Amino acid sequence: MSEAMRTVKFKIYRFNPETDIKPSMKDYELTIPDNQDMMLLEAILRIKALDDSLAFRRSCREGVCGSDGMNINGRNGLACVTLLSSLKQPIELRPLPGLPVIRDLIVDMKAFFKQYEKVKPYLVNNDPLPAKERLQSPAERKKLDGLYECILCACCSTSCPSFWWNPEKFVGPAGLLQAYRFIADSRDTSKVERLEALADPFSVFRCRGVMNCVEVCPKGLNPTRAIGHIRSELLAEGN
Amino acid sequence: MTLATYTFDAIIIGAGGAGMRAALALAESGAQVALVSKVFPTRSHTVSAQGGITCALGNVHEDDWRWHMYDTVKGSDYIGDQDSIEYMCKVGPQVVYELEHMGLPFSRLDDGRIYQRPFGGQSKDFGGDQAARTCAAADRTGHALLHTLYQRNLAEKTNVFSEWFAVDLVKAADGLGFAGVIAINIESGETAFLHARAIIFATGGAGRIYQSTTNALINTGDGIGMALRAGLPVQDIEMWQFHPTGIAGAGVLVTEGCRGEGGYLINKNGERFMERYAPHAKDLASRDVVARAISLELRAGNGYDLNGVSCVKLKLDHLGADLINSRLPGIRELSLTFAGVDPIREPIPVVPTCHYMMGGIPTNRFGQVITVDSKGQDQVIEGLYAVGECACVSVHGANRLGGNSLLDLVVFGRAAGLDVKEKIRDLPLRSVGKAELDAAMSRLNRWDNNREGESVSQIRFEMQKAMQEDFGVFRTGEHMQEGLNKLVQLQERLKHAAFSDHSRVFNTSRIEALELDNLMATALATAHSALYRTESRGAHSREDFPKRDDANWLTHTVYYAQDHRMSRRAVNMKPLHVKPFEPKERVY
Repeated sequence: MSEAMRTVKFKIYRFNPETDIKPSMKDYELTIPDNQDMMLLEAILRIKALDDSLAFRRSCREGVCGSDGMNINGRNGLACVTLLSSLKQPIELRPLPGLPVIRDLIVDMKAFFKQYEKVKPYLVNNDPLPAKERLQSPAERKKLDGLYECILCACCSTSCPSFWWNPEKFVGPAGLLQAYRFIADSRDTSKVERLEALADPFSVFRCRGVMNCVEVCPKGLNPTRAIGHIRSELLAEGN
Repeated sequence: MTLATYTFDAIIIGAGGAGMRAALALAESGAQVALVSKVFPTRSHTVSAQGGITCALGNVHEDDWRWHMYDTVKGSDYIGDQDSIEYMCKVGPQVVYELEHMGLPFSRLDDGRIYQRPFGGQSKDFGGDQAARTCAAADRTGHALLHTLYQRNLAEKTNVFSEWFAVDLVKAADGLGFAGVIAINIESGETAFLHARAIIFATGGAGRIYQSTTNALINTGDGIGMALRAGLPVQDIEMWQFHPTGIAGAGVLVTEGCRGEGGYLINKNGERFMERYAPHAKDLASRDVVARAISLELRAGNGYDLNGVSCVKLKLDHLGADLINSRLPGIRELSLTFAGVDPIREPIPVVPTCHYMMGGIPTNRFGQVITVDSKGQDQVIEGLYAVGECACVSVHGANRLGGNSLLDLVVFGRAAGLDVKEKIRDLPLRSVGKAELDAAMSRLNRWDNNREGESVSQIRFEMQKAMQEDFGVFRTGEHMQEGLNKLVQLQERLKHAAFSDHSRVFNTSRIEALELDNLMATALATAHSALYRTESRGAHSREDFPKRDDANWLTHTVYYAQDHRMSRRAVNMKPLHVKPFEPKERVY
């Protein structure tokens, strides 16, 4: 009994700095059972079994580790939670835009992490430590929902024109989401300092509300809203 | 070619929960520490933990760490070391408060304290009513914990070697202990010798020896492989936990917290079958018990048919949209993505799926690695530590309780870090010679020089298939022997395997080849140990030896890769502050 098969076509960005002068798009075909759907990551793993020189990052394969962010048919997303059936062929895969390419689908994320680190993404509280937990009401805790779940995949920041033009100065949606995660935490005592550090014309105010970040976030988070909250807080402080 | 050498006081291999907690314990010591990870720290598998971290805070009812200890000893089917379990349960509340102080966004009770939910195998008062002891950040506790630890490490300016792969341990020239590791900078492809007084393994699990697993693709048993090649033993490695609820087909984890919140399993007749297998605890019996019950239901033909795959279903819809959206939002997301099912309306198709390695590198409760001398006595290896899933400390014995893994990571990561901190001035920086470095480089050189041969992916596929078929929830000597024979052949083929891409920059094929050596070493260790233990205990369920046999097997198994030698090591039954819990029949 032979199963009905179909062919899925891919065009994948290839660049090996040791052998290539410039990048190119390489065609691949994968044959899979007609009635079978699969995640894009599974398809790429199968392609790698055929061509082991293809390089990409991956880890959890369930959308929580943030390794396999890439540009899929022109839109940033995670390969592991994108169904093949949702994609038009040939499926074009490129590295996340706006960051230097190390090889194939792997980008250098230093500039992205630098902006994340800039917002001091850790709780600051210089009050004496209680013997048990610090108390936080469910309502206060609810303010962190939609903020703490970020997986640092960089899909948002690398889809943001302001981040493309000012990667050194504009914190970008991912970093700002985390900035607000700590500003909004009832246990954090450094809100004033956090806002001051963001008060220049670039860190926050380069956001033009394009909302690409919201559009692409694989976790359904809303950095634009968080940025709006930071703006309001900054403007309130300024008055 | 000269090998670049970097010298530290301590190196930590692995930046999941255990490695990052160890790094924090060392942060204020003034010691030079390198945290080495093959992936950026927040990509480590701790991120996938869902349901929570168990300890007796007593936030929703009166609680006692001794009750937690009792449950853990019982859950381990009595081969967990009671001194380690005691330490973990007693110090647990303190380490969880520390995590809260670091900023971990725990869910909250109305009074503002940390939310705790019921989990499997938990009881009040030494086997009484169901307890609610698992502290949770919704159903994303691992993510919240891992990111919090990474954020603290950023604040402490920990020196992270991100995307560096540890290849092998380097022995000291004097033959006593270890001087460091050989590691590859994945981005550049360069190899270096990381020289250190203390080495902490925190390399995580190896669930990728199985075809169907909840584990990340990176869970390849790197610490297990390195330890075995260095002549060190592994302990109780036959003990693999099958989580009752992996999404059928995809293998993605669905937390036990679903059942803690009131969900339950049904067979194709709509029957809540756990009532028959565990009349008291029902769906919150220990994981080994529930996984076996599901397997028996499937064998009896009571499974649903899902495109040819037999499964049971996890019913949550009666809990209501509000509870699911607030307590189990991640599960809803995973179920929609990987099963195409909204649990608010329909039950989730699930099957038992390889989840956790109870065995590992034997250590004492300070995380110090132990080997057994010719007289059967424990010998501590000064300066070498193992923590988290790669270690067997042993707090999980033959079956881990849900929520005890995250606790294990932070308790023993912290303990090892503190022990190193205390001893660092006295630990020598051991010298190495060319012979030791060459030995540690030999595996890498073999792969780099193999230009033609069978592909890594083919051998990996066949290994995973053999493990899945012959070392699953139920085991028999006959099938395991067949499985072992397949593994022996595969290991031989692996020696002649090759990858075709020999470029240096971000060569992930090279890393996958090195990982396969570690997977194969772990698979072989599992096979030999599983055949050796001729009884049924915890997760190790043999149809040819269906009973627990305390007279012969109330013991750890110990495996060495050289000649595949097996031996035994006594279980610690001497807690320091309470009377030992004596083995008794395990019913839920």
